[in-house]
Amino acid sequence: MDEIKRRFSTWALQHAQAFVFSLGQLIRNPFGNLLTVAVIGISLALPTGFYILLENARQVVTGWDSSVQITLFLKYEIDDDSAQGLAHRLEQDPAIAMAGFISKAEALAEYQRLSGFEEALRVLGENPLPSVLVIRPGVTIATPDENEQLLARLRQLPEVDSAQFDRQWVKRLFALLDIIKRFVIILSSLLAIAVLLIIGNTIRLAIYNKRQEIEITKLFGATDAFIQRPFLYSGFWYGAGGGLIAWLLITISLRLLMQPVSVLSELYASDFQLISLSAKNILSLMTCGVTLGLLGSWVSVHKHLREIDPS
Amino acid sequence: MIRFTNVHMTYAGGNEALKNINLHIAQGAMAFVSGRSGAGKSTLLRLIALIDRHTRGQIIINGQNLERVRDQRIPLFRRNIGFMFQDHRLLVDRTVFDNVALPLVIAGYRYQDVRKRVQAALDKVGLLHKANSNPVALSGGEQQRVGVARAVVHRPALLLADEPTGNLDPALSWDTMKLFEQFNQVGVTVLIASHDLDLIKRMHKRIITLRQGRLLTNAADIGQS
Repeated sequence: MDEIKRRFSTWALQHAQAFVFSLGQLIRNPFGNLLTVAVIGISLALPTGFYILLENARQVVTGWDSSVQITLFLKYEIDDDSAQGLAHRLEQDPAIAMAGFISKAEALAEYQRLSGFEEALRVLGENPLPSVLVIRPGVTIATPDENEQLLARLRQLPEVDSAQFDRQWVKRLFALLDIIKRFVIILSSLLAIAVLLIIGNTIRLAIYNKRQEIEITKLFGATDAFIQRPFLYSGFWYGAGGGLIAWLLITISLRLLMQPVSVLSELYASDFQLISLSAKNILSLMTCGVTLGLLGSWVSVHKHLREIDPS
Repeated sequence: MIRFTNVHMTYAGGNEALKNINLHIAQGAMAFVSGRSGAGKSTLLRLIALIDRHTRGQIIINGQNLERVRDQRIPLFRRNIGFMFQDHRLLVDRTVFDNVALPLVIAGYRYQDVRKRVQAALDKVGLLHKANSNPVALSGGEQQRVGVARAVVHRPALLLADEPTGNLDPALSWDTMKLFEQFNQVGVTVLIASHDLDLIKRMHKRIITLRQGRLLTNAADIGQS
């Protein structure tokens, strides 16, 4: 039992020594190592930044999704005045936040502008379009289920010819966001490989620079585990440093974006706030950096340390 | 301590470095290996330290048959040996203290023990006041003495030195040899490869001479001298 205890404390001691020693080695060559860490940091910051933008986009879209619009096409014989009256009545409904009125003439003008059927409509002579009410459900109503109920209720109104959700474009936006999400995943994988290669190569150079030291320590009875430990911890520090720099870069970038974004969201009368990195995000960023650092140095150490034997 | 029985060593290229070596060096002895360059002095030391493995015969070091020492056990085996080199091979990116501490750190000693032992070893070679210097700032003789301190700080049973005085002037060489003798007197078995015949003759110790891979003088085994 004492033997096991002694071995464990030796093991822990040597880990602690390598942990501190490797950090000291990095600090002794600040410029070169800072460059390496900065490259790793930028490589980590790019996918993280995209991820944060995506999260923000999703937040905006989620807001839109709950305030989905309902378009009411009124019966053709309903004139503008009674349509406006209906709009006023509907706005009293607590389930409805806003009921916008689009007159026949406005609808025609818009249709002419957007459809390109200008000539055909002119031949028709008479405006064939009905009045339209654009309904935005009340803020208190959030679930899709309740939206469906509201839609059904509005269909029952005698003035209404047909009613439908106007969410096609939201679906398209979601599809687009899915594509961007996949792009971010691909980009992240590529940059993760880049980080692995950078760290692997840095450790490879460190191993060759320390060739003499490795030979001497091997002669004095160092195990492979002892020799590779400082290199593994160097990888750890590179990854952790890279993660910190990535965090810094993203925090600064978001700070720079915050002001124009709040101006824009004010113009949209929205209380949208830019999401910044959460504690969980920071934790996973650091975990990614450290894991990549350890993995890169582990691969490098296992490939190159064997090649060095005392002479 | 060291027993060679019909040992042959042929390098991968076909170079026969050692031929049919029979040799016994008792525990606590001090002996020199001499011969010209290429006679096989370094090879002999390399086989003892398991840097290379012999191709035929049997080598027993400190009761261990080297054929039975598997690769994974080599580090533990080497912790019983101290090494000295002609080109001192100190690590220039750390202090004298840290250089001497290396074998202890490898073996996992606690810092308090490391400090005590390093100070004792540096005191022994007369360089305690240089503990915090960089090896580059020392003279050649001082660097060599730091090498000696590093070789004995972990109290190995066996001290191997390959041309330890190759770069030193006669006076410093003599001092270094005397230092080895002192360690030998406290029980360390010492084996020194050297081509400086005049110097080693004056030490009045056993001299093993190699010529073209063969043992030339195979005098009777020498025990405690």
